Amino acid sequence: MRMVLCHMELVIIQLINGIQLGAIYALMALGYTMVYGILKLINFAHGDLLMISAYVAYFLVNLHVPLPLAFVASMATGALGAIIMDKVAYKPLRSQPRLKALITAMGVSLLLENGCRALPFIGPSFRRFPDVINVKNFSLTENIIITNIQIINLVMAISLMLMLWFIIKKTKLGIAMRAVSLDPKGAKLMGVNVERVISATFALGGALAGAAGVLTAITYPRLSPYMGIMPGLKAFIAAVFGGIGSIPGAMVGGMLMGIIETAATAVNSQMAEGVFFLLLLVVLLIRPFGLFGKTTREKV
Amino acid sequence: MDSTLNYQFLAKYKWPVSAFILTLILIFLDRFQVVSPYIMFVLMVGLCNVILTLSLNLITGITGQFSLGHAGFMAVGAYISAYLTKVVFHLKPGAGFFSGTVLFILSLLIGALVAAVIAYFLGLIILRLTGDYLCIATLGFNQIVVVVLNNMDFIGGPRGFYGIPKLSNLWTLLFLAWISVVFISRYIHSSRGRNCEAILGDEIAAESLGIDSLKVKLHALVIGCFFAALAGGMLVHLIQLAHPTQYTFIKSIEILLMVVVGGMGSIVGSVIAGIGLTVLPEILRFSQDLRLILYPLLLIVFISRDPLKYLQRRFSLWRTRAGGE
Repeated sequence: MRMVLCHMELVIIQLINGIQLGAIYALMALGYTMVYGILKLINFAHGDLLMISAYVAYFLVNLHVPLPLAFVASMATGALGAIIMDKVAYKPLRSQPRLKALITAMGVSLLLENGCRALPFIGPSFRRFPDVINVKNFSLTENIIITNIQIINLVMAISLMLMLWFIIKKTKLGIAMRAVSLDPKGAKLMGVNVERVISATFALGGALAGAAGVLTAITYPRLSPYMGIMPGLKAFIAAVFGGIGSIPGAMVGGMLMGIIETAATAVNSQMAEGVFFLLLLVVLLIRPFGLFGKTTREKV
Repeated sequence: MDSTLNYQFLAKYKWPVSAFILTLILIFLDRFQVVSPYIMFVLMVGLCNVILTLSLNLITGITGQFSLGHAGFMAVGAYISAYLTKVVFHLKPGAGFFSGTVLFILSLLIGALVAAVIAYFLGLIILRLTGDYLCIATLGFNQIVVVVLNNMDFIGGPRGFYGIPKLSNLWTLLFLAWISVVFISRYIHSSRGRNCEAILGDEIAAESLGIDSLKVKLHALVIGCFFAALAGGMLVHLIQLAHPTQYTFIKSIEILLMVVVGGMGSIVGSVIAGIGLTVLPEILRFSQDLRLILYPLLLIVFISRDPLKYLQRRFSLWRTRAGGE
């Protein structure tokens, strides 16, 4: 990059970086928000699905499986992982207080991280994701450059989000999901198989987390068993920011989160981590239901 | 006649008596060096964890306010007291009672008071939130503390704050553990404690009975965080190192695990879980991996299957309160 950059160019470059990062957060945030919408459960272990699918992609790519195939396999792993997680850990707690499920989710998260750390073929050390895509630079102007990885990230994320939008708005499953999130008991009375809808929701969220995992691995090719914690937390904050339970909220929240992160890092890289949590506190205080969320009054 | 009286006395005061016996055993072990210093060290860390578990239990188990920021308050107490003893007072481990212990306790109290003030103002803002939102907000606070600590160079920043004098000994630890056990168990049985339980049961119903729920919750939070900071200060003068990574929300989850395993709202359970869950990982030291897996596994099993509740019901060992919302 040239030494002399005008401010406008810097802003645009950071904006591009932010949107690319935000696309990954948005994919993750969708998983959080869908599960929350249906079960009112914060699935703390969602970030670890990202880690697991990144590792799946890593092993497949090392076995010379082409990247698109590895991408699909990772999404499938994410979906499967999410369903298993729900059936094993959360299902026994459906009728129990929600606090119990929340604590269990934290336990599942730690178990997945430490379990992967203990597995001999994963281990605690960092792995480098192989360079499967040759980096190409496209220069928009003299100083503003977009890499093909950024384009892939954005295109994949947006097409997946459109697919999700289609599933939720147009298919029977989507209607059932919306019905369950509106009123689980009512939906059950109307003949909706609630358990199946919950499984499908976890699967969709898991698949998106799987996609986010591969995209993260391509962009930041450093894998470790704990790589899912921070993206998970940030995506979760993004979901809260957009209004937890709201799907457009998660998309917009994720994008905004990415942009805010790159902006904060550009201003002061050390304090950037704190900015999120500060933002989280502010959002919770001013608009606890988020940008797109609905206000709910507690009824007695 | 006399023996039945004694029996009744024991039945009524079985837990205080066993705590007293436990204290005597600990003093005995320390005095006559029966066990290695390493085991003593682990037991002393266990005492710190007892205070931490109790303090979180007051907030989560008794008042029903879910906090994931406990490690943040611990960090405040730890760093402030460590800064005071190391940099301001230049305390050395061998110093006399007035120049050593009193100043040490004073630094601990200052750290704890600062944490309590922070808890008060934080609570004023975030205790309006309930359930999940409160949990996230406290988690956010915890991470903010970690980021701030990482960026404060005069207390080590990411290098950690080291060279802290080893001032905690068994006597100070036992003293503070007893104070916190007695204080918190008395608090629970006071009228304010009953209000806390009412809020746990149903906040709206409690408010309709004229309980100022924000005030009650705030009191519980401030007291809980005061003791957490005290325990953090004790712990840091035991392990002689403060590092931001010790105080992430993972540590908060660890404390929550102790509360859950001991039983929500149970003083006796907190003491048992605090010591037990400190000793257990040390027994598993032969395998680091196993240790890391066992911890979350325990959490999941205890939450979903509740083996202790079975034991409590079967043998009516100790009392817990029904948790939840």
